[in-house]
Amino acid sequence: MSIKVRIPTPLQKLTQDKAEVEVEAGDIKELIDNLEKSFPGIKERLCDEKGILRRFINIYVNEEDIRFLQRDNTLIKDGDEVSIIPAIAGG
Amino acid sequence: MSYAKGLKCRECGRPFPKQPLYVCEYCFGPLEVDYDYEKIRKDLTREKILSRPKNLWRYRELLPLDAKPEDGLDSGFTPLIRAKNLEKILGVKELYIKDDSVNHPTLSFKDRVVAVAISKAKEFGFDTVACASTGNLAHSVAAQSAVAGLKRYIFIPADLESSKIVATLIYNPNLIAVEGNYDQVNRLCSEIANKYKWAFVNINIRPYYAEGSKTYGYEIAEQLGWRAPRHIIAPCAGGSLITKIWKGLKEFKKLGFIDSLDTKIYAAQASGCNPIIAAIKEKSDIIRPVKPKTIAKSLAIGNPADGIYAVGTVNESGGTAEDVSDDEIIEAIKLLAATEGIFTETAGGVTLGVTKKLIEQGKIPKDESIVICVTGNGLKTQEAVVEKIGKPVKIKPNLDSFEQNLHHKL
Repeated sequence: MSIKVRIPTPLQKLTQDKAEVEVEAGDIKELIDNLEKSFPGIKERLCDEKGILRRFINIYVNEEDIRFLQRDNTLIKDGDEVSIIPAIAGG
Repeated sequence: MSYAKGLKCRECGRPFPKQPLYVCEYCFGPLEVDYDYEKIRKDLTREKILSRPKNLWRYRELLPLDAKPEDGLDSGFTPLIRAKNLEKILGVKELYIKDDSVNHPTLSFKDRVVAVAISKAKEFGFDTVACASTGNLAHSVAAQSAVAGLKRYIFIPADLESSKIVATLIYNPNLIAVEGNYDQVNRLCSEIANKYKWAFVNINIRPYYAEGSKTYGYEIAEQLGWRAPRHIIAPCAGGSLITKIWKGLKEFKKLGFIDSLDTKIYAAQASGCNPIIAAIKEKSDIIRPVKPKTIAKSLAIGNPADGIYAVGTVNESGGTAEDVSDDEIIEAIKLLAATEGIFTETAGGVTLGVTKKLIEQGKIPKDESIVICVTGNGLKTQEAVVEKIGKPVKIKPNLDSFEQNLHHKL
């Protein structure tokens, strides 16, 4: 068991065109670090130079925005699904 | 002949080709159309604009098409109304309503952006268009893509007003009601857009689509006799329209179509969904998403993609922001109808309600020109007001009954 992560199109070049990957992690910070180990270069796309998540990136754990949870300290467990999604316009 | 050179990241400035892309693959910033303004300056004049038909394509050099526009040929160029009765009630000297509640073909400002999006989707060779919508966008995409002969998938929150569902289904699209709020619909659509090669007007066509909103600002300036008003109050959902009105006015200034630009832009939201207003009031450039709870469903976006740019627009122009309660929204809808004969949907109630508040607070002076943005039609959201407008007086079909009621009830 591990965590299923949905990768947005702009990052799929780094995941060998895979739209879904699996990683192990206990929280979102660790998830990003472990993604970086499997897919080098992905962390600097997701986080700025200080390691803070870029403001146009939304991360959802089981469909809930992590900003309504504990942001990048949000705990995750095996079987959870994480979506990484760029901000979207609307109306 | 195209005046759009390509796309550019709004955050880091990296260039991208003119393709159905919407996000910078390096920093995730939104992409924006990059124009050749020198070429536009040479080719576009006030006279040329004035010589063209009264629709949004009269500004076509400032829109991102490569080919001749074929869609939305009757969209845009809606009335700018001098609101004399409302001036008296609010105690102001010069007040206008920019009335997109009568935009063609689906009675909201979305007809502008969709005209551009459908045209661009056809240029890119898509055979299917799609969108996530709070209602107005659904209507416009369903209608305009029917005319264009494209397949269409429309995603809406399942709790949308029933009149908005009818006004979408009538165009016979594939309508998918998602059990969730708009932000959840949008997230789902983003995942679908990842997998299906469709033209999602508010996702992969967004950089082009959003440019259509500039025409709302161009028209205000043109209709005022090539000048910008001192104050514009605009409703905010995702934060795109207000940003593009400001961009449009700045472009007009840059091209010399207006002599000066001394306009303050004010953001209006419902108190039950006010992430942009909260950020402006807290002087923050971080948007904290909210879970919407308001009758103004067309503005119920809790996670506004262009929120920080809306904040930037208000701050750069020297305006401010305010929100109003559901009751204030309904009062404002009724006030606009009873004074100016315009039946607006809830978003228009938000804008007028906020304008009234800002005038009362002394934040908008009473002796300067003010434009209120009315972006959608009240016939679409009748549920919002149906319990608040009284009932007809019932009589028998004879003169006695009429006169009895005339004296007692009317």
